[in-house]
Amino acid sequence: MGWAAEPKFHILAVVDSIIDRKLIERLLKTSSYQVATVDSGTKALEFLGYIKMAQSTQIHHLLLLIITGFMEVEVNLVITDYCMPGMTGYDLLKKIKESSSLRNMPVVIMSSENITSRITRCLEEGAEIFFLKPVRLSDLSKLRPHMLKTKLKDHNQKQEEKTAFQSPKQQKVQQQEQQQQQQSNNNKRKAIDEGLSHLRRTT
Amino acid sequence: MLGLDADQLRADMNRLLAFLFHQGILDEQFLQLQQLQDENSPNFVSEVVNIYFHESEKLLRNLRSLLTMDRELLSFDKIGIHLNQFIGSSSSIGAQRVRNICVAFRAASDNNNRTGCLRSLEVLEHEHCILKNKLHELFQIEQQILLAAAVRYPVLN
Repeated sequence: MGWAAEPKFHILAVVDSIIDRKLIERLLKTSSYQVATVDSGTKALEFLGYIKMAQSTQIHHLLLLIITGFMEVEVNLVITDYCMPGMTGYDLLKKIKESSSLRNMPVVIMSSENITSRITRCLEEGAEIFFLKPVRLSDLSKLRPHMLKTKLKDHNQKQEEKTAFQSPKQQKVQQQEQQQQQQSNNNKRKAIDEGLSHLRRTT
Repeated sequence: MLGLDADQLRADMNRLLAFLFHQGILDEQFLQLQQLQDENSPNFVSEVVNIYFHESEKLLRNLRSLLTMDRELLSFDKIGIHLNQFIGSSSSIGAQRVRNICVAFRAASDNNNRTGCLRSLEVLEHEHCILKNKLHELFQIEQQILLAAAVRYPVLN
């Protein structure tokens, strides 16, 4: 089996119901996404934290596999239930969008209830899409452009930062940030390359 | 021959499915589940259904015990939480009739109507039983179809 040329997208699904977790996992895998599932917002943040930690400190990808079950050091999208005990999907969305390192992560919300104010609130907080449950296979094909867009946005943002006019102080801060971003991207690329060369296709 | 006619069995299965859809016992979400079953996940539907009944039986037991408590201890909030879960998982597998009864049940609970809740629980237990029997029947026919195919086309080494 040869390697597919198109990029693999990694999705973190946050769902507290066992049945819905099984369902969303099957739906996402059938749509050719790599999936990890957790049953709470707290665990989702922990998981995303592991990923960020690994990206910045170059933890060997095998160790990451043991911790997270994810072979590659990346999450491209978070899809979460709205109604969950403890941290709701909305709370999780807020925490992600407030975090400097996770701000650009696309977040999708799922809910069985069609409440306009709820939908508006989530979209205003930065959710990409709001799905009504039960989620269909056809719904999930809508995820791809949002993940591609974010990869492109990250790239363009770096280009813009290089050409914008800034005060010397701003320039220094900007430079430092750019260096950090570059470093984490390099690590990410390195981890992915290492992951790719060691991965055996299973299907 | 073992008396297993795959064509006859398939006709039986389709008739049963048509009945279930026509009666509103199942809705198109169940079809979605079937579509997700393939060579990579050949038992997907029965796995999900088994998880569902494992969970729903627990929910029914809890609802029964919550409603038989003394009036002062009765928590409609807890009942509501159980029902939300029941509604969610029933929707996810396409158990339309069970889901609709849970919604009516929840309305009674929101109105702190104990009698209404007890009545809803009776109906829910009954419908749940029907669903379980029918799905069990469906999976049995499926098994027999597989068996019939194996008998007709035995693997020769």
